Amino acid sequence: MMTKGLSKQIVEEVSVYKKDPFWMTKLRLQALEYFQKAPMPASPAQRGEPAFGGDLSGLDFDKIHYFIKSGNGVKHAWKDVPKEIKRTYDKLGIPKAEQKFLAGVSAQWDSEMVYGSLLKDLKEQGVVFLSMDEGLQQYPELVKEYFGTVIPINDNKFASLNSAVWSGGCFIYVPPKVSISLPLQAYFRINAKNIGQFERTLIIADRGSFVHYIEGCTSPVYTTDSLHAGVVEIIVKHGARVRYTTVQNWSKNVYNLVTKRAKVEENGVMEWVDFNNGSKLTMKYPSALLVGRGAKVDMLSLAMAGAGQVQDTGGKAIHLASKTSSVIRSKSISHHGGKTSYRGLVKIAPGVKDVKSKTICQALIMDERSKSETYPAISAIGANCELSHEATISKISEEQIFYLQSRGIEKEEAEAMIVNGFIKPLVRELPMEYAIELNQLIRLEMEGAA
Amino acid sequence: MKSNFEVKGLSVEVDPSSHEASTFAEAPVDKSARRGKRVVFGVNLTVKSGEVHALMGPNGSGKSSLALVLMGHPAYQAVSGSVELGGKNLLSLKPNERAKLGLFLSFQNPVAVPGVSLGQLIWSSYKSITGDGKADIREFYETVKKQAKNMGLKEEMLERFINDGFSGGEKKKAELLMLLSLQPKFVILDEIDSGLDVDTLKKAAEVVNQLVKKGTGVLLITHNQKILKYVKPNVVHVLKEGRIVKSGQVKLAREIEEKGYAGI
Repeated sequence: MMTKGLSKQIVEEVSVYKKDPFWMTKLRLQALEYFQKAPMPASPAQRGEPAFGGDLSGLDFDKIHYFIKSGNGVKHAWKDVPKEIKRTYDKLGIPKAEQKFLAGVSAQWDSEMVYGSLLKDLKEQGVVFLSMDEGLQQYPELVKEYFGTVIPINDNKFASLNSAVWSGGCFIYVPPKVSISLPLQAYFRINAKNIGQFERTLIIADRGSFVHYIEGCTSPVYTTDSLHAGVVEIIVKHGARVRYTTVQNWSKNVYNLVTKRAKVEENGVMEWVDFNNGSKLTMKYPSALLVGRGAKVDMLSLAMAGAGQVQDTGGKAIHLASKTSSVIRSKSISHHGGKTSYRGLVKIAPGVKDVKSKTICQALIMDERSKSETYPAISAIGANCELSHEATISKISEEQIFYLQSRGIEKEEAEAMIVNGFIKPLVRELPMEYAIELNQLIRLEMEGAA
Repeated sequence: MKSNFEVKGLSVEVDPSSHEASTFAEAPVDKSARRGKRVVFGVNLTVKSGEVHALMGPNGSGKSSLALVLMGHPAYQAVSGSVELGGKNLLSLKPNERAKLGLFLSFQNPVAVPGVSLGQLIWSSYKSITGDGKADIREFYETVKKQAKNMGLKEEMLERFINDGFSGGEKKKAELLMLLSLQPKFVILDEIDSGLDVDTLKKAAEVVNQLVKKGTGVLLITHNQKILKYVKPNVVHVLKEGRIVKSGQVKLAREIEEKGYAGI
């Protein structure tokens, strides 16, 4: 167990423990410098303009553990995974069946990967699916070529922090024309007080390949504030398609500050499916840099905020090439006094032509105490561009509940029916067991039991 | 089994702070004066199983308020009196519990509920009210589809969110469709006739008459007596300023048409 707080010494210790190559140690230390120099993103109230959301004044960097090891390193067989860890997975209701049906499973425990397995046929196709730590050890050249190219180490304060102390996460490489039909999955959890979890994920989908990666996050409740600052970089090469699905449920004291970005080359397709539940404050805006002609991004997100929670989420599409298109569909539910904000950005670079972009924001407010806000930003200079933005905010009214009740339906059931109808477009995009888990989660949330 | 519907000495106040109530009663200027506004005064009404009672009255006379309080709308408070269906007191029950005892309100202007489709609502209501755990959803849908078609409602309507973008006529037809599949013991029809063309009005009357034949009691709230050509009431009541001022036979409705409410 290491001490709280962050210093050059801690970063060096992490690097030594992980047997980093020299360039990675250097990168970490440089990132640390950027982190220390970068100001905290100001809260909207301090700044007077809503550009980047959320109040971070409760976050104390000195009270966070930056690295914790657990278990005995990376396990490759399920039978070697410690019993108590398996018990927790059971409690979280992770279906056993997925081990058989899904192509590979890797789960992070504390800050380390403790379980990773990969089916033979994937290996034979040349697919690499490892923890980021293993990836760096086994494919140092590949990692070096792409690490930090989509999200530079000085991108923002939290991306710098992640770059300095990252641990765990996933490394995926899909060779040209290989299409992985079943989703690859990983579970991330925070399971001890004050653990900063800084997982780092890098996905490279080579020309004409396809991969669907799912991360599911749930975590038990803690008494002190925790920080999750992940970084996800995705490279979608010529004609490739990547779908990245997140189902997360951080405990309600976690600051969830994640930087996710994809670089999409010619005719590539990036799909973000993002469900944000739990946490004290989530600031997350999956992005896509559309760098090649005909590149596409499709983002579908759902944020849910209850008592004392803020979900500041959205999407960013940066059109850097002609004939690129983006669709951002954002849904949010605020209840029991929670607050959701949509913060988006659609940017079209000068000289870029024939761009299509559509943003649809829909907010559902469950009661008088809850709030929802929308901050879209569009900056376009290009010619012949079709841009649209729609935003609707609806409130569940006493009248709607009464109407359903008058048809014999209980109040709670009536609310659940409305919410389920609202989230259907997102749930449809999820594999069955996630859809079930998600519906259960939402029901618990609505009842105030989660 | 007889399921008489009995209202005794019912007085009703509406909560002026309620959003919904504001369309029925003016909100008080002084917010501290949260006392409810009285909208129904000592109403007595006994509708026996298989009987039809028409309730007529000018705009703002309290007809819809009465319908809403009988169903249990949260903005309306019964301050005195009792309401019973088949001998069971309804006033202390939630709207869904009243529905389970066999009460049905067809709304004058039913609210849209985005996210919940008409078909889904009919199925959920049916399961919830009948408690029929063995019902087969496909069989049920086949029946509902036929009923919808018969009502002149397109099959696709079942997939649409309830009342969301429905025309006035479609809303009424959807209400009738639910009425038909739930087969309640007592029905309050709040201006089921408004906005319906003659053909649909006849169909609506058919639905009501079928239920009446099976013993359902009906409180038919209406503005004009067009529907009374097709649904024959046993009794006509006139509600003015929250009070039943006169009760009589069908000829009372004709009298109203000739003289207006002022003459009653």
